[in-house]
Amino acid sequence: MKILVLGATSAIAQAAARVWAQRGCELFLVARNGARLSAVADDLRARGGRVLTVAQDLNDDSLHEALLENALVALGTIDAVLLAQGILGDALKRDNDPAFAELVLRTNLTAPVRLLTLLAQRLKPGACIAAVSSIAGERGRAKVGVYGASKAGLDSFLSALRQRLRERGVQVTTLKPGLVDTPMTAALPKNALYASPAAVGRGIVRAVDRRCDVAYLPWWWRWVMRLVRALPEAFFKRMKF
Amino acid sequence: MTESWGRYPAAAHAAEVPIAWRTDAALPSERPLLPYACGRSYGDSCLNDGGALIRTRGLDRFISLEGDVLRCEAGVTLGEILELTVPRGLFLPVVPGTKHVSVGGAIANDIHGKNHHRAGTFGSHVRRFEILRSNGRFECAPGDPLFDATIGGLGLTGLVLWAEILMKRVPGPAIRMEAIPFEGLDEFFALSDESDAKFEYTVAWIDVLRDDRGIFFRGEHAEGKKRGPGAARSVPFSLRLVNDFTVQAFNEAYFNAQKLGRRKKLQHYDKFFFPLDGVAHWNRLYGKGGFLQFQCVVPTADALRAVLKEAPPSPLTVLKKFGEVKSPGMLSFPRPGFTLALDLANRGGETYATYIRLERTAIEAGGALYPAKDARMNPKSFAASFPRREEFAKFIDPAFSSSFWRRVSRP
Repeated sequence: MKILVLGATSAIAQAAARVWAQRGCELFLVARNGARLSAVADDLRARGGRVLTVAQDLNDDSLHEALLENALVALGTIDAVLLAQGILGDALKRDNDPAFAELVLRTNLTAPVRLLTLLAQRLKPGACIAAVSSIAGERGRAKVGVYGASKAGLDSFLSALRQRLRERGVQVTTLKPGLVDTPMTAALPKNALYASPAAVGRGIVRAVDRRCDVAYLPWWWRWVMRLVRALPEAFFKRMKF
Repeated sequence: MTESWGRYPAAAHAAEVPIAWRTDAALPSERPLLPYACGRSYGDSCLNDGGALIRTRGLDRFISLEGDVLRCEAGVTLGEILELTVPRGLFLPVVPGTKHVSVGGAIANDIHGKNHHRAGTFGSHVRRFEILRSNGRFECAPGDPLFDATIGGLGLTGLVLWAEILMKRVPGPAIRMEAIPFEGLDEFFALSDESDAKFEYTVAWIDVLRDDRGIFFRGEHAEGKKRGPGAARSVPFSLRLVNDFTVQAFNEAYFNAQKLGRRKKLQHYDKFFFPLDGVAHWNRLYGKGGFLQFQCVVPTADALRAVLKEAPPSPLTVLKKFGEVKSPGMLSFPRPGFTLALDLANRGGETYATYIRLERTAIEAGGALYPAKDARMNPKSFAASFPRREEFAKFIDPAFSSSFWRRVSRP
């Protein structure tokens, strides 16, 4: 299988890529930090993957078309895309610095929308687009602020893309990890609800194998979020979680 | 709260800082620091009460596997390594009783295994590593004084970022093993001498309640397909099940099961080396108070008899004869003689008194205690166990310390 991984140095993307590497897949990795990217590439090669890398800031949209052309030429064809770039940011900065709030939207929503728009034109029937969204997109909470808004936007876009590409035989999979113990959440106190990146990575590979529409990782978040969505707003706005 | 495997003593850490990248790693600003990966040391050598821990499990990448040489980051566990390398016909040169330890931890404690009589310690198979200290990054190889200080250096000489390990060729995942019941220490000594000459792996389990009868295990890598065990069962919460009665019942049942079972069999390496990993969080069976482990090495058979006389009931009393292979580590624990390890449920004063008796007997017999297992030894016992401690102390990074080190270096 030939897979394009965007945001390949994210802990969740690494975990999924390890499973694919072990299966002997060919991986085209893109991430901003070149040194970190090559650390990830070496790891995946040692695990059995064939790996190509491009170090590039995905927020720079002027490079998107060339990047995707490169990936297509290098891989020959793309069987699956894992879109995993994203930032959470510090809560104080997110809530008080409008430029930072916009950067969150740019990284988590605008750049992914641009990339997926270009990819949608290039993927062949049978391919799968899997994008890392979050349970945070299901209902706005003070604790996640604009991060939740970016993921809500991504959810909506992915749902639309899924309808649009269905007839062409291209699957769109929305991945919704819950709380995951990664560098992104390093500053937050951990509790029993946190999952390991390895477990989430295995879940992603399974969701792509089964061509799921929306995959909660782990699965029980589906029921938790159903409950969270059902709470009346008058009550929800007083909650502290 | 972050604990050690024995869940004793308790420690409050001012901060726990995860590190995920070797490429742009920097030491956190908190002081003092101590690396922490899996927390499988039993006592306080992986704790830093009042200080900060650098959580290193994020350093979990392989770097290369070329020929017999594996290079990987220091937070990779030995279990993760075996999962990668065994299908390619390579095994770790030394493994301890659990696969859930990191490469950094294996170096810091210079761990040993059932093949000590042949292979020596883990540190003897490390070819290179990179260490991050408060004055910079250094690549070390055997022969460098900082290398010798870091092997068995209890994480005090800096943060190991990656290491290179010389692996060994094996035919596959199978171990051909034998379990031989014995009655008393004389039979153990005879079995040990005979087996160490012929087998790569040897270890014994003994029942101190029943005149030191026990089971001698020996094995070696063999051809044959064996599937690994499934997911581990788990002890979901603290539940104090280990007491004198259950230990007696367990020991009786275990001895008889081994005696009645097949004497020779082909086993997956996981079952042979890491039987306790089959039950996740087994340390919870000692209840909230946790437990102490006592592990010593004593030079002679008579010394071993003297220590065993003081030994209380323990479900996991393990005995092995160490070999002559010398480790480069300044604070390395294994040395020629007999090593004995046993667990003591923590019942406060009474348990500490038992510990002191064991400690005194072992030290007076010219023995040494193992820091990775220890929560109670006094500074004098430490000094008697590690004659190179002053030479070692010069290599401690000024930004690093641990609960263990502060305890044993008290004047």
